[in-house]
Amino acid sequence: MEHGSFTDNSAATFSLTDEDHTIANAVRFTLNQDPRVTFCGYSIPHPSEARVNIRVQTTGDPAREVLKDACQNLMLMCRHVRCTFDKAVEHFKASNAVKALKIDSQDSSGDDSEESE
Amino acid sequence: MAEGAGEEKKKFSIWDLPDVPMGQLLPHLELQRSRVSCNKDAPIHTESIQYSGAYASMGINNSSRLDRFSNNFRVEVVRLNEDDMEFDMIGIDAAIANSFRRILIAELPTMAIEKVFIANNTSIIQDEVLAHRLGLVPIHVDPRLFYYLSENDQPNEKNTIVFKLHVQCKRGSPRITVKSDALKWLPNGSELVKETRNAASDSSSKPETYTYFSCSQETIPEFVKNLIIPKYPDIIIAKLGPGREIELEAHAVKGIGKTHAKWSPVATAWYRMLPEVVLLEDIEDDLAEELKSKCPVNVFDIEDLGKARRRRATVARPRACTLCRECIKGDDWEKRVALHRVKDHFIFTIESTGALPPEVLFTEAMKILEDECERVITELS
Repeated sequence: MEHGSFTDNSAATFSLTDEDHTIANAVRFTLNQDPRVTFCGYSIPHPSEARVNIRVQTTGDPAREVLKDACQNLMLMCRHVRCTFDKAVEHFKASNAVKALKIDSQDSSGDDSEESE
Repeated sequence: MAEGAGEEKKKFSIWDLPDVPMGQLLPHLELQRSRVSCNKDAPIHTESIQYSGAYASMGINNSSRLDRFSNNFRVEVVRLNEDDMEFDMIGIDAAIANSFRRILIAELPTMAIEKVFIANNTSIIQDEVLAHRLGLVPIHVDPRLFYYLSENDQPNEKNTIVFKLHVQCKRGSPRITVKSDALKWLPNGSELVKETRNAASDSSSKPETYTYFSCSQETIPEFVKNLIIPKYPDIIIAKLGPGREIELEAHAVKGIGKTHAKWSPVATAWYRMLPEVVLLEDIEDDLAEELKSKCPVNVFDIEDLGKARRRRATVARPRACTLCRECIKGDDWEKRVALHRVKDHFIFTIESTGALPPEVLFTEAMKILEDECERVITELS
């Protein structure tokens, strides 16, 4: 739901239902980073109701587009974080496996049959 | 035209001064932007300077570009066990780190016991207390294999797991403790028969039970060899005196932590920013000994400087610092030691209750944030 004026679509308040600080703070962060934004913020009108109001004021671009771009940026950031995290976990598991092999080979001095080099 | 005494003949620009760096922040501003200064009384500069035009007058572009983020972002795993992990995220902002933490605690689904059909309970534990305790027992099953059960659905093998608990303590025998390994999985569904009004209609084969399993859950490939059991077999559920009995059936469904904390997949998840301890001046000899003994977690070490026999304090383990501020407590110590926190380096710790391993939990949390963003985008279009 968007509350804005018909003549000037560079400033609007978006009311999202079933949302809370989790997504609102993250979207506000990416909005702030966008150079087209002059003002952005979010508020939760009442804590018992799951509704978030996000206010966006831009330097001329329609507020809806700017918010969509910010959400897209957030999605891309998430994806990048996920890829980097998966790679880091794999790397850690691999290096641990190598360490375990090395410790095994140091412990069993005569038993070389199970080592793979 | 009379010119004022202070005016110069040619135009003077402040950017011409030799020591104003262009395109880079001055050191004290860089400290403000990237570190939280933890002083004796309170931390300062805690907000993150996100606004894209923040340092515009210095010619610095503070707006984010995805490529800059992608280049600078790093993840380093410090510890990874079956049940908990600790890793560092460098280059991310507090807003996103907090979103991940909130999702890990409240929005990742798990399976937990929701409905308990009590056939017989003569123990001293009340029915509702028993049901509450059963709900909190973590179940070792992947929740992604199940669907949510809504009010209109019937409980079937795709959205319910059925457990049975039947323990009795015979007269004359000592008290027994009912632990969570007494919960037996029923892969064929509920065995409690529903009471139907008309007895005549039950001429056909199976009597109606509380679940409608069309096939046994054992036929699902993931459960062929692994039984569904509680993760920890030694959780005490109840205690029975002689002559008491508990007979019940428990149905577990999928849910999220927002509804009830029993569905939270993490024991907890938290993050802290990397502490940074800076020695502002050289601390030697007695002062160095004093500093080293002050710190309860041994952040400081003393190194000997060879010939001159002076011993100097160094910061050996800043990561262990708990920011207790003991090292800046006395007089003058604030001039010698400075405590900071690095604003974009987060040390995340995730402790899983056992349904999913912690690295999988984190990946799922990121997928959920992506899905939420997509939802917002489609609502806007």
